[in-house]
Amino acid sequence: MAQKSLLEKLEILADAAKYDASCASSGTAKKNSLGGKGIGSTEGMGICHAYAPDGRCISLLKILLTNHCIFDCHYCINRKSSNVRRARFTPQEVADLTLNFYRRNYIEGLFLSSGIIKSSNFTMEQMVEGARILREEYDFRGYIHLKTIPEADPELVRQAGLYADRVSINVELPTTSGLTRLAPDKDERQIEGAIAKTKDDIIEAKDARKRFRHAPRFAPAGQSTQMIVGADRASDADIVGKASRLYDSFGLRRVYYSAFSPIPDASAVLPLQRPPLLREHRLYQSDWLMRFYGYAPGEVCEATDADGNLPLDIDPKLAWALKFRGTFPVDVNRAGKEMLLRVPGLGPTAVRRIIAARRHRTLRLDDVARLTQSIAKVRPFITALDWRPTTLTDRADLRSLLAPKQEQLELFAS
Amino acid sequence: MSGQTLSTRAPSMGAHYAVQLPAPDDFAFWRDRARALVQCEVLPDSVSWIEPGGTGDLFAQDGASGLIECLPVPERDARPARASKRFLSLARNVALHSDPERFALLYRLLWRLQSNPRMMEDKTDLDVRRVEELDKSVRRDSHKMHAFVRFRQVEDGAGPEGKDEHYVAWFEPDHHIVRANAGFFMRRFANMNWSILTPRGCLHWDGETMRESGPAQRSDAPDGDPVEELWKSYYASIFNPARLKVGAMLSEMPKKYWKNMPEAALIHDLIAGAQAREANMVAAGTRKARERPDSLAELAQAARNCRDCPIADCGTRAVMGEGAQHAPLMIVGEQPGDQEDLAGRPFVGPAGQFLDAALAQSGIDRSAAYVTNAVKHFKFVQRGKRRIHQTPTAKEIDTCRWWLENERAIVKPRIILALGASAARGLLGKTVSLKAARGAPIMLEDKAELWVTAHPAYLLRLDGEARAEQAALFAADLAKVQARLNALS
Repeated sequence: MAQKSLLEKLEILADAAKYDASCASSGTAKKNSLGGKGIGSTEGMGICHAYAPDGRCISLLKILLTNHCIFDCHYCINRKSSNVRRARFTPQEVADLTLNFYRRNYIEGLFLSSGIIKSSNFTMEQMVEGARILREEYDFRGYIHLKTIPEADPELVRQAGLYADRVSINVELPTTSGLTRLAPDKDERQIEGAIAKTKDDIIEAKDARKRFRHAPRFAPAGQSTQMIVGADRASDADIVGKASRLYDSFGLRRVYYSAFSPIPDASAVLPLQRPPLLREHRLYQSDWLMRFYGYAPGEVCEATDADGNLPLDIDPKLAWALKFRGTFPVDVNRAGKEMLLRVPGLGPTAVRRIIAARRHRTLRLDDVARLTQSIAKVRPFITALDWRPTTLTDRADLRSLLAPKQEQLELFAS
Repeated sequence: MSGQTLSTRAPSMGAHYAVQLPAPDDFAFWRDRARALVQCEVLPDSVSWIEPGGTGDLFAQDGASGLIECLPVPERDARPARASKRFLSLARNVALHSDPERFALLYRLLWRLQSNPRMMEDKTDLDVRRVEELDKSVRRDSHKMHAFVRFRQVEDGAGPEGKDEHYVAWFEPDHHIVRANAGFFMRRFANMNWSILTPRGCLHWDGETMRESGPAQRSDAPDGDPVEELWKSYYASIFNPARLKVGAMLSEMPKKYWKNMPEAALIHDLIAGAQAREANMVAAGTRKARERPDSLAELAQAARNCRDCPIADCGTRAVMGEGAQHAPLMIVGEQPGDQEDLAGRPFVGPAGQFLDAALAQSGIDRSAAYVTNAVKHFKFVQRGKRRIHQTPTAKEIDTCRWWLENERAIVKPRIILALGASAARGLLGKTVSLKAARGAPIMLEDKAELWVTAHPAYLLRLDGEARAEQAALFAADLAKVQARLNALS
């Protein structure tokens, strides 16, 4: 086989990496290259250096080290039995490419993942080597995200955490039966064991830094994971439950949801239709409700329909409010923060503003309108000095009044 | 500073003051003047703030309209002007906005803060809202500058100590943010020689000192870099055509930035090609939703028209399984052979005869079992008059698994015997080694027991000792299956 050029390899290995949802570069320790020999900085806030026409941010150079793989996971384009073009970078090529892009301000850093070649340990070693060259030889101080391999030796995974800002292990599918069926080479206990081990390493390193200023950092941006939505029969309630367990038991920074999307050379056991992209969006919204709005996982599940899935036409917060209308209307001049956060259309920023503004005056509906994005959505659920929704909350057709106008949600729905 | 001098003159009633700012982003200058004016109790309406090149307001054009050049100086014991930290940080940022009214707005807020120190909390106030809007757009502009500046490498020997790698960028900010963001690029690219050229002034860093220069033009910046080809190919490859969301892209990366970003040249074609690319993937990768037939007869009828994999193009017919409707045992082979294809029944050729004999020997009644194949069509190549068997690929087995699963769902066998690795893949969805899998049952999802053994055709290809050895293993596997069948019935 003829040697592939760097350009060809980049095409193949970036193409293969695009099914990873995460591209975040935020929330890590502050670093800069002032006074040193190195290059790069991270200042807490992530930066999206470009946006692709799929609306997703391009913050990192997101590539696979190789798309050769000895595993045969059905949803994955790189599975052993798939008929795709294969390529492989050397760790040195990965490091050079990252640096060349970084110097031109194209990226915040590197997100390196890989198919499994030879063995889990060999692959992990190669990935860690790429990160090592960047950190030690080039003194790179930008962002590095390494996808670690649960089957690899824990010591190698620990090394990855020492070089990387963030590490992640994909739980892949929300249910055990889905994993057994679609990712026959993977094992749930092994995956969760590796996530738990990484959590312990992160806590230990944080603790050490409290006592010794120069103790090495370990994955300062924490760990995250990804679940594929719509490839198995798991309902939104299952997925929300799984995500909340992951947040609770492993202190994850993020759980990413990736709507299963048609891949070239797809396996035959996959579902015949892809899930609507909106389903992924609704799951992210429910994720937000749990993380920033104080909803318990059980409460999010209460917003699901009879089949355990979140409604697609309205967002989960509105769905919850419509189901529990007795809790409303909420008095914007008296209600506590927790109750205000439950009002559809009020986010944390609006709530903060309302609480600050009502120290100065008793709020009228107009005042609330100035503090929020859209008063129309908020109005049925609040009372203000000059506003009472009267019979509005009792109307049977409230849902249809508030649901956004039907648009063509999927451009190419078949 | 355009001839302004500070005098000790007390403010005169009804007078109008004009403050000429030395630079459009000079917050410190504004702060000092504003502080003094507040202390002298000069009303917001009585001050004009004029930036270089700007006219400030109408009064500035007409020197005769009672304009007082000299600013008042506060008494020593005048009450100091007060401002919250929040206001100062907001004001520092808002001063960079290109709105000519910004300094007047900030002065008005400062004035009002003296009587209501917590006014900034009242987000329903129009001035507070306006200043927050300005703050937001300056922050966004700065953020986009961090994100969208694109350096191009030039080798001009301009750097010190013979370092001739020089990175130059051209950027067009909306506001006066260039100087305020020098620190970001300095901290990030501390050891590079770089210049950022903009129409509002330029920054030059040589690894040690930051130098500023006046406005530049686009033609001053280099127009290409070889690495851009790699970057563009990355941009095109990371884009997922199955999830086109142009609106989301435009809201974060408005078109005004495109002309200075090399990758943006690809956007038009990527969007145009996306629909076609996804349609191709769907056509090649998945098949249309099919009703799940309820009976074996309907299943056989439907399988006749299956064209999901290339084997269908061999011109052979679908050979479905046969046997008892609710047989406790299902026997799965690889695919029909030459004779099976002609007869339209599974396991009737030499391998079938071998299987029949072995089954009989171990006491398993073939007529009470359901016999089928992992792949329903005969895959072959023509050699003269003979049709030579070809092993199906993993993908073909996976594609055909849909049929096998439907047979399983209807027959509901308690025990499944897989003959060979292809059959095992059809049932497990993954390739297993025969050596490792045989000899013990594998529990399937629907609680059926899967036993894996060799394919009779494999035994037929062996000679002598090897054949005897494998035949013994095969018989032993069948004996185990027979024992389990007895135990279950």
